[in-house]
Amino acid sequence: MAERITISAESVPRLPRGVKLRFDQQRDNWVVLAPERLFVPDPIALEIIKRCDGEANVAAIVDDLAAAFQADRAVIERDVNALLQDLADKGVMTA
Amino acid sequence: MSAPEPPLAILAELTHRCPLQCPYCSNPVELERAGTELDTETWCRVIREAAELGALQVHFSGGEPTVRKDLEQLVQAAAAAGLYTNLITAAVLLTEQRVEALAEAGLDHVQISFQDSAETGDRIGGYKGGHEKKVQTARWVRAVDLPITLNIVVHRQNLDHIEAMFDMALELDAHRVEIAHVQYYGWAYENRAALQPSREQLDRSIEVMERQIERVKGRLVVDYVVPDYYARRPKACMGGWARRFLNVTPSGTVLPCHAAETIPGLTFDSVRERGLRDIWLNSQAFQRFRGTDWMPEPCRSCERRELDWGGCRCQAFAITGDAAATDPACELSPHHQVMVDLASAESAKAAPDFVYRNYANMPKQARTATPAVLVTEPPAE
Repeated sequence: MAERITISAESVPRLPRGVKLRFDQQRDNWVVLAPERLFVPDPIALEIIKRCDGEANVAAIVDDLAAAFQADRAVIERDVNALLQDLADKGVMTA
Repeated sequence: MSAPEPPLAILAELTHRCPLQCPYCSNPVELERAGTELDTETWCRVIREAAELGALQVHFSGGEPTVRKDLEQLVQAAAAAGLYTNLITAAVLLTEQRVEALAEAGLDHVQISFQDSAETGDRIGGYKGGHEKKVQTARWVRAVDLPITLNIVVHRQNLDHIEAMFDMALELDAHRVEIAHVQYYGWAYENRAALQPSREQLDRSIEVMERQIERVKGRLVVDYVVPDYYARRPKACMGGWARRFLNVTPSGTVLPCHAAETIPGLTFDSVRERGLRDIWLNSQAFQRFRGTDWMPEPCRSCERRELDWGGCRCQAFAITGDAAATDPACELSPHHQVMVDLASAESAKAAPDFVYRNYANMPKQARTATPAVLVTEPPAE
């Protein structure tokens, strides 16, 4: 990850190689696995991460979440940007 | 005490054979011989049992895990079991074809050890031409798009090169860099005077470290393991004894941490005789320091007891002779000053020569203790 990634509405986020989202049967929750790291996303983060498929851009993800949860688009946009930027800075999201 | 949570990760020490001879190696001073190593089938079973027990990650380590010709098979078995697979390697034996085969087998991540920021690392690792090979291997790994971590152990002989280590990590397009001060037990304990930095050198390095972390924000994940001898509070060694990790040695002994065999009075079990779940739940060595019930004061009533879990038991034994004592890295330990004084005294003198980690330098007692195994040693790799 030679350059720092800046998340914008046009970014197309996805989990980079070496980072995996999987369901943990033993503990009954979703986990993000990364090199010597393990993140347990909260329900909101999980909904966002699941949509980071390398096809949808951030704007489309925000639209989808606003529709699915009938929530204020501006609020969702702020949350999605903050989360994705944080994950990108931790090396567990790319775009 | 309620039933322990399942482990998060298994450290699979596939072999103690290694072409490098780092004087701070985490392997025990009594190295296991090739003839005692578990076979492929047993490792595959252990890996499946770890996944069933709840482990999410497997770290293939050693020694040098790539001396095992069945590494691809083991990676494949781990990937099939749903585990996140990480290879911890010295990266001097891998070929481009083998890197590709490992990626194909389902490897998720590679950690490459570097002994310094440049060829000076060859003297530290006791392997001529090693640095150059590591750089080449790192490029092959990136070429198949696998992420890499650079693991760099720091000490008085390379601690002034931190900025160059970060340059190297960026240049090799690493994802993460782990800069860890030496943990002083086993080989490192023998070599402490040759490795221990002075307080002044450490303070200078921390300033450099802070500037570099700021410089690489969002480009490199940085892990920094602090030096115990100058610490104020202990680190949560292994995330707590028998709480997050289990370590399987080349011959199948299951340990709560890689240095646990330095502690007398612990009984270890083998995957040859018991299932991994049974060992995790019931093995005497795992039970001995699990949780907080074993703790003495001041740990027992300390507000940090479930943050640092009492620190490192191996270090407590190495310094105080009592594995159940408060980790002397803690300033509340009555032995803390002993540790600080040791570090100051040793670092003030010129560094002695390294005692390199190899079979010939094993303590005599250890060598004569396993005569039957010596006979079966295979030719050097």
